[in-house]
Amino acid sequence: MSDDAPAQDGAAPLLRTEGLTKHFKIGNALSRRTLHAVDDVSLEIGDREIVALAGESGSGKSTIARLLAKLYKPTSGEIYFQGQPVSRLRSRADSLNYTGLVPMVFQDPFSSINPVMRISHGILRGLKLHRPELSAAQRRAEAERVFEVVGLTPAAEVLQRYPHELSGGQRQRVGFAQALALRPKLILADEPVSMLDVSIRIGLLNLMARLRDEEGVSILYITHDIASARYIADRLIVMYAGQIAETGPVEEVLAAPKHPYTQLLLSAVPDPRAPLDITAETDRGEPPRVIDPVPGCRFRWRCPLAIDECHQATPGLAEMGPRHEAACFVAQAGAEVKAF
Amino acid sequence: MPEPILRVDGLTVEYLMERGAVRAVEDVSFDLAPGEFIGVVGESGCGKSTMLFAIAQLLAPPAEITAGSVTFQGRSLVGLTDKQLAAVRWKDLSVVMQSAMNALNPVKSIGAQFRDAMRAHSVTSKAEIAGRSAEVLRMVGIDPVHLKSYPHQLSGGMRQRSMIAMAMLFTPDLVIMDEPTSALDVVAQRSLMVQIKDLQHRLGFAIIFVTHDMSLVSHFSDRLMVMYAGQVAEFGPTRQVFDAPLHPYSTGLLEAFPSIRGPRLPLTGIPGSPPDLARPPAGCRFAPRCPKVMDECRTTSPALYQAGRVQVRCLLHSPDHGPDQNLRNGTPPPGSATGSVNTVAAGGGAAGSVATEEGSGDE
Amino acid sequence: MALPISGVPTAPDATGQLAGTEPGPTGTDQARPPASHALARMGRAIRHNRKAATGTILLLIFLFTALFPGVIAHDNPATDAYAPKLGLSTAHLLGTTAYGQDMWAQLVWGTRNVMIIAFVVGLAATGIAVLIGVAAAYLGGLWDGTLSLLTDVLLVIPLFPLLIIIAGYAHGGGTLVLIVVITVTSWSYTARQLRSQALSLRHRDFLQAARVRGERRLYIIVVEVIPTMTSLIVASFLTNALYAVLFASSLQFIGLGDPGTQSWGTMLYWAQNNAALQTGQPMWALAPGACIAALGAAFALLNYAFDEIGNPALRPVRRKRVKSA
Repeated sequence: MSDDAPAQDGAAPLLRTEGLTKHFKIGNALSRRTLHAVDDVSLEIGDREIVALAGESGSGKSTIARLLAKLYKPTSGEIYFQGQPVSRLRSRADSLNYTGLVPMVFQDPFSSINPVMRISHGILRGLKLHRPELSAAQRRAEAERVFEVVGLTPAAEVLQRYPHELSGGQRQRVGFAQALALRPKLILADEPVSMLDVSIRIGLLNLMARLRDEEGVSILYITHDIASARYIADRLIVMYAGQIAETGPVEEVLAAPKHPYTQLLLSAVPDPRAPLDITAETDRGEPPRVIDPVPGCRFRWRCPLAIDECHQATPGLAEMGPRHEAACFVAQAGAEVKAF
Repeated sequence: MPEPILRVDGLTVEYLMERGAVRAVEDVSFDLAPGEFIGVVGESGCGKSTMLFAIAQLLAPPAEITAGSVTFQGRSLVGLTDKQLAAVRWKDLSVVMQSAMNALNPVKSIGAQFRDAMRAHSVTSKAEIAGRSAEVLRMVGIDPVHLKSYPHQLSGGMRQRSMIAMAMLFTPDLVIMDEPTSALDVVAQRSLMVQIKDLQHRLGFAIIFVTHDMSLVSHFSDRLMVMYAGQVAEFGPTRQVFDAPLHPYSTGLLEAFPSIRGPRLPLTGIPGSPPDLARPPAGCRFAPRCPKVMDECRTTSPALYQAGRVQVRCLLHSPDHGPDQNLRNGTPPPGSATGSVNTVAAGGGAAGSVATEEGSGDE
Repeated sequence: MALPISGVPTAPDATGQLAGTEPGPTGTDQARPPASHALARMGRAIRHNRKAATGTILLLIFLFTALFPGVIAHDNPATDAYAPKLGLSTAHLLGTTAYGQDMWAQLVWGTRNVMIIAFVVGLAATGIAVLIGVAAAYLGGLWDGTLSLLTDVLLVIPLFPLLIIIAGYAHGGGTLVLIVVITVTSWSYTARQLRSQALSLRHRDFLQAARVRGERRLYIIVVEVIPTMTSLIVASFLTNALYAVLFASSLQFIGLGDPGTQSWGTMLYWAQNNAALQTGQPMWALAPGACIAALGAAFALLNYAFDEIGNPALRPVRRKRVKSA
């Protein structure tokens, strides 16, 4: 598959989406409405790169992960993996090959492992399906190897345990081990640390960084926690109401956020080291409406800088700096944006 | 110092299980002044929520207060009947739960639930109920038209706000909050915190606020209690705990938060996981994870020592730690000749030497 | 008010529950048998639950009787070798019938027939219920619509009249016919229960994880979903077995079984035919009636107990230990 990937601009992205869109039909026959979970999202993930996809609940970030994992079918748009359109993968062998290269780690460590099976079940099944050339003994040896890699030791013993005998942090490591066993190119990590205790989180974030550095895996890190995104990610994509608001190198976006929503998000992060600047009646954080939306910037109702244009048309992403793009008319007009 | 509104003394809660008692909260004592805001932080399983339920007398079997007292406005709450409690709860002391979706009745409108609550406390005048309901909703920044709304029609932030509005119905003197913001996004979370603080300013009630997110309360609480494995690890003025944490666990917690400002530093978090409370380790409960562990930590349970304005449960701050430290620097303490202690010392060798340096630096 | 008490160690028999919501202090407990091993959990639960213990003992007694009737009753139940209508005596514990058969022997040997019907119907109906209920829930869409419609139709048809009609059609077919007829008509209730539990599992992450892994749907249903429902499946078996005992006995009583088989229902049939109660032979009707009630109670008690085990909210609140001063 990778052999005939077209080499564009020297380095073709590992994964690229083009106008990826997912709508859900809601309501009954009388009032059929459409929830725009993801609208026209084009993003790229490179080799050995951690891309953080940040946004509040309902912003569509988890839907993107599920689209990339082929759990959902896109309403429109296409996913290209190593240059090949994913929607053309029809045969079971092709599908298995793709899901092995792009596995997923789930958010809730307490529901992502079958409670009645031993820990070894998931990883051994994964190996059996995706690496059929291995014998049973080789599968077990490989399972033990990746368990060691993610820091689950003694591996042989941990494999024999049941999920309830493991802590939340350990279970999330199991999730990463299961993904890693498939020799992935890209791991889709859907809020992998948000349900873990603070003291455990850093260990997992460090593990993700190590997987990138030592195993050469790319990771799509989905999170609502900007600080943790900054800690491990190379690039940041900020989503709002199913669309990309801003994207760019993580330090650059955080140092000079161009989209008012990114600024709002950053201003809300509690930072015990910084003094509190309580801006009287701050934004309420009411989630956006993405049911049957009309044209216009989806952030305009919360945006103190909204201009007429924002109510007329939906802004697209435009270059703000090197690889730094934002979807904001005000910023694109060259004005200094300081909304929050 | 004004008369405390709440006095918790030696509070101990146990889960009485077939396998034996599990002590979820051990010997917690503190006074809460009128209008004071105490933040309680800790990881899951540290007993912070259990302590909160014990204070509000909401424990259900098999959990039970096995020692200690809770005195609210000069009146002991432990052992009151449900009827006596009902008079206190809500009117003078109200509770805001973690999940509004679970605490609110899904088939009743917000207004109907407010009405039920007020009727239960013998407010019967229709005008008074309607007036007060609208007033408290406005107080938390929600348009009173939402009295007709059902919980599922509101956003998560608005549900939490209406829970807080409901707690305000009788202008209580103490509001107990169990992670009211944990289900919300950062923006909604910050907004709700500001709202709570603002209400407290205007109405003057005291708050006990439980959260797993230390940074959340950093700007809002007057005093901060850090709990670990059922015990108070550190308790003192919030700014002091943040700026100069004394307990290695508090330090570890603070350093576990990546920052969005300043240089990108590699962090380590706290290795290991909290102990099983059914079988807590001997000595200090944090010893197995502590970067500053010393030999005696594994055998001696530290008491809560007063260090200036802060209370801290760590042998580094024990009053008689100094001379002991000198002894350690020279010859090994008696007893370390046994094999078990030696292996322990070998395991934590590097960390131990760090602690020694710090200890001598203090003197 | 439900208290979301965070991170406390839950009761031993609740640790393996699917509703493991809060991260408790886990990870070090290896001495305890794996609580998620459903069978081990049930064994432990039975010992700790009075209803379960009573039900188990009753069931074991009947099982033993069904397997080794000869050990308990030495007479041949079919031969009419004795004087008719004898009273209770040491030779004939329950006396003899109007035909001169030993009633104790009839009762003991009749256990086997009832037990066979209970277990076979229990297993078969539960098997159908599991397949249909779980498939409907997991596959969803048109599958769910069709299978649920089938279930619901069976559910609203008055079962016993239907049973009478079918059994009447196949008159004289004996035990096998009874088993088939009762199985076909009685799986729907438990299928409905299993479907709703499977529905609640459907969106759990471990099933999504299995899909992402590339598992086929049948594999997910059989290997991933069904084992997590063990306690409900056991409860379904008990429900179906209970109904099988009652339905089979009733059909035999009204003469729709094979009157030649040895069973409690048939005993009742003959007792009724000979007006046993009016002619001074109450034992002929009372003894099999009591046995049917006791076996039914055994299944019902076990069923209640499993409901309690599967749903901690139903557990009666008991103080485990008196407060020590």
